[in-house]
Order: sequence, then structure tokens, then C-alpha cells
Amino acid sequence: MAAAIIDTLRRELSPDSAEPCLSHGTLVLTVPPAALLATARRLCSEFGFDLFLDVTAVDWPQRTPRFEVVYHFYSSVHHVRVRLKTAVPEAEPVVDSLCSLYGSAHFMERECHDMYGIVFRGNPDLRPILLYEGFVGHPLRKDYRKDHEQPLVSYRT
Amino acid sequence: MDTRSNTTLPNPIRPAFERGQRDEAIVVSIGPSHPATHGTVQVIAELDGEKVQRVDVHCGYLHRGFEKECEDHTWHNLMPYVDRLNYCSGLINDFAYCEAVEMLLGVEITPRCRYLRTLLSEYSRIADHLTCVAAALMELGAMTAFLYLVMIRDYMYEHLADLTGARLTYTYGRIGGLARDLPPGWLKRLGEILDRYEVFVARIHGLLDRNRIFIDRMRDVGVLSTADALNWGFTGPILRSTGVACDLRKDTPYLAYAELDFDVPVGIKGDNYDRYYVRMREMDESVYMIRQLVELLPDGPLNVDDRRCTLPEKHLVYTEIESLINHFKLIMDGPDVPPGEAYAAHEAPNGELGFYVVSTGGGKPYKLHVRAPSFVHMGGIGRMLEGYQLADIIPTFGSVNMIGGECDR
Repeated sequence: MAAAIIDTLRRELSPDSAEPCLSHGTLVLTVPPAALLATARRLCSEFGFDLFLDVTAVDWPQRTPRFEVVYHFYSSVHHVRVRLKTAVPEAEPVVDSLCSLYGSAHFMERECHDMYGIVFRGNPDLRPILLYEGFVGHPLRKDYRKDHEQPLVSYRT
Repeated sequence: MDTRSNTTLPNPIRPAFERGQRDEAIVVSIGPSHPATHGTVQVIAELDGEKVQRVDVHCGYLHRGFEKECEDHTWHNLMPYVDRLNYCSGLINDFAYCEAVEMLLGVEITPRCRYLRTLLSEYSRIADHLTCVAAALMELGAMTAFLYLVMIRDYMYEHLADLTGARLTYTYGRIGGLARDLPPGWLKRLGEILDRYEVFVARIHGLLDRNRIFIDRMRDVGVLSTADALNWGFTGPILRSTGVACDLRKDTPYLAYAELDFDVPVGIKGDNYDRYYVRMREMDESVYMIRQLVELLPDGPLNVDDRRCTLPEKHLVYTEIESLINHFKLIMDGPDVPPGEAYAAHEAPNGELGFYVVSTGGGKPYKLHVRAPSFVHMGGIGRMLEGYQLADIIPTFGSVNMIGGECDR
């Protein structure tokens, strides 16, 4: 059954068959940022990928576009994982939020915003979550030095 | 302090709301350090009388830059950090991380290692669930039940210390194997502890299952529907308590789970009582699995015979130059992991624990991301708190088992 759904996804979501591949049992789909929300919507409503597991980014300073935003989905029906990847440039690190499809997107996108500065268009609440108000920069970017010190935050008044 | 910073920098925490939607509502801040919640987390709640209308959950108080730090350590040297994610079941973190790296290396672990990792995963699951149930009960005032459970947990910690040298932070996993084999008599003691476990868990059932006070606090409190649970990314016992038998050990079997006989306990309606009961039943299943694994555990080598990741034996390091260089390169440069990316997920006691690793070749990860169940659960916990009493926050929070170490990383 898993093989059947993977074949369907390959055919439906990535017609240019060169791109999608199976990486250690996970189907990897690469889409342009504009197609991200539409692809996720089809995964969610048509193909039964009911769990949005994770979103993170990978910083490739030498590449253009610089950031790769990586999503993981799981289907509790088919027991299959899909990794969705999209690349966004440093000048405009914006992707559509998946909050309209999955509630779990709220917190996970906040974390990714904290760490990489990716802006999730449509997420109503991108306040810092693991960091704090007043934190300068995005710590998981490769140009953020590990020993970089932050300005002192004042006591609350 | 420089007074200018007062005006340029906002407060470290900015609540989503400062005042209630109605005039008579009040906004209270619970935590981040509160005697009745375990874990450092802040809940800002809007109250109408005793009833919680809205919550805003803040985590991050235990954030220590885990992922950034990992990028600066070799694949082996970061193992102690991995232990400290979910510190109630450090071994499962180790094994999930090792599996992600082994995927990239294309290494297949030895049968003995595979069974031993499965056994220790289930043993850790019992310890983790014991911690969760015990802490949740203590917060409700059930001190006897707490002491019974923690006593068993302490037998387990001492027992694991015999094997790994530490009670909590084991650093026992190795890429391609494990740090050391079982000491003599370990399995015999394991059997004794499991027998003790059964006696004391039977007492817990007797004390609580039909206890009026306990049921009043737990039944129909913090109810979560299956649709909500999936939508908000809940996995593990919380998702199963809503009635779905969704368990990675059954659905996508890893390690030796495909060869074991076990049930996946589910709840009826996803309230606090179901979460308590699902955890209790899962521990029984774990005991059943461990007993099977003790029978199945094969002899043979523990570590793979692969010089890319396994350290050579000490006596060889001291006597022959190849092993000395091998040891030196593995420690100083780290294992040379081929470029690629992998996502490995294990069924941790709290839900799906995933490691997403990216390698560009060489001894250090280019990126390492943890899909921490506790963090995702904190995003959806509002569904279980809103509409209930202020006092219900304590048992609901206890039943979710938020672990700061993996939530905040």
C-alpha cells in the first residue's frame, strides 16, 4: 500500500519525474515557494497526510537561493512520510504559512522564524518562542557565530 | 544599568494578550517556575471566575542552543547533548539519533545490538511513563502512589547505572553499536525489577482506578478529539488516548519491533484519565516485550565491524599503528559521514521523536534538527486547557508530560 501511494504522489505532485526521489524510505518532493501551499493542501485533503510533523530550514550561504525550508508530513493511514522542500532567497525569505491546514504549524513555524528568520506569510503569531523579545539575529544561520554575545536585556519595570 | 535599554528593548516575554476580552475577566501568569507544574513553562491565562478562557503558553526557558552546538561537534562527540533532550528516557534519544546517522552511513547494526537497543528502549519507556504518572499524581496530592512509582523507577535508574555508568544521562549509544555489553547478572536483576514493578503497579491500580477523588479530577477533563489531536500534531500516548492505534512501533517497525508480540492500548475519549490509563497499559506492554526480548537476545558482536564509525579495541590501539591512527582520526576528526540527508523517527514515550540530519561529508553534522514531541504538544495544549477550571491546568499539564529538555532544546 505504501508503494502505491508513493507512486500516486510522484505522478500527481511532481509531473517532471526526474525530481522526486525516495531517500531512506521518505518521498522527497521539491516545489517552488509559490506551489508550496497548494501542494500541502493536496497532501492534507486528498492524500491523507494528516500529521504535519515538522518544519525547519537549512542554510546554504553559498547557494542561491540561500535557504531551503524543509517540511515533514506523515500519513497515519498509509504510514508514509513525505519531505517537502522549497528554496527561498535571503532577500525575501517568505513562504506561505500552513496554519490554515494544520494547527501544529503555529508553533513550529514560530520556531523556524526564530532560528532562521524565515517569514511565514499568514501565520498570525510569529513572536519569539525559544528565544526572547529583543534577541538580535537568527542563531541557526551559518553566519551567526557560536560565540556571538547578545545585548543585555533590561530588567522588567 | 543603562536606562536607554529600557526603552529600546521590550520585555523578554510579550504575552499574546494583556487584558481580557471582557471587563470582568482577569489575566494571570502561571509559572515559569511554579511548584505545581513540573517543567519550566509559563502559562498566561485569561480567567472568567475560575474558568480558563484563553491561554498563551511560553516555552524556551531551557533553550540552550542544542542544534547550534551540534553543528560544532563531531557526530560522536555530540552524544551527551542528545541524552539531555528527554532526560527521562535518554536512551531512546541516543538510539534515534544513532539510527539517523547510520542511515547516512549505510550501516546495518548487528542483531545483538538491535535487540538490546529495543530492550533498552522499552525499559526507558517504563521509566519515563513512571515519571510522568508519578509526578502527575504527586501534584494531585497522591503521595503514596508517587513514592511507590518513584521507588520502582529508582531501581531502574540504579540498574541502568550498572550498565551505563549514569542514572539519567547515559551517553550509551554509539554510531554502529553501543558503548559496552551487559555486565554479568544484569538480566537476572532485570527480571527481579520487573517482578517488583508488577506488585507495585497493581497497588497503583488499586489506589487510583476507581478512586472517586482521582476520577473527579481526571475524567472528562482536558478532553481532546482525534481530529484535533491530529491537526495539532499530537503523537504518542496523547494521540492514542483519543482512540487511534497510531504507534510507530507497529506502523513503521524499526529495530526489532516487527518480531515482537504486543498490543497498542488506546483510550476512549482523550481525557486526563485516558492518558493516565494508556500510559499504565503501555508500561505493561513494555514489560511483556522486555520478557520476549530477554529470550530472543542473541549472542554475537555488539558493534558493527566498520572502521568508519566503530572505535578499534583498546588493546589494538596500544599495540598496532593502524588502530592507533583509526582511533585518533575517529576522535579528532569524527566519522566521515557521506553527504546526504535523513530523517529517523522513533516512538519515544511522549510521541514521535525525529532526527533530521544533513551531512555535507566530514566529521561534523551540517545540520541537526530534532522533531521534539513536547514542543509540538505545547503548541496544541491550549485545546486541552481552555474551557476548564484553573485548577485543571495542573492534572492536564501533568498528563501531557512536557519535558523541558526536549521542548526547548
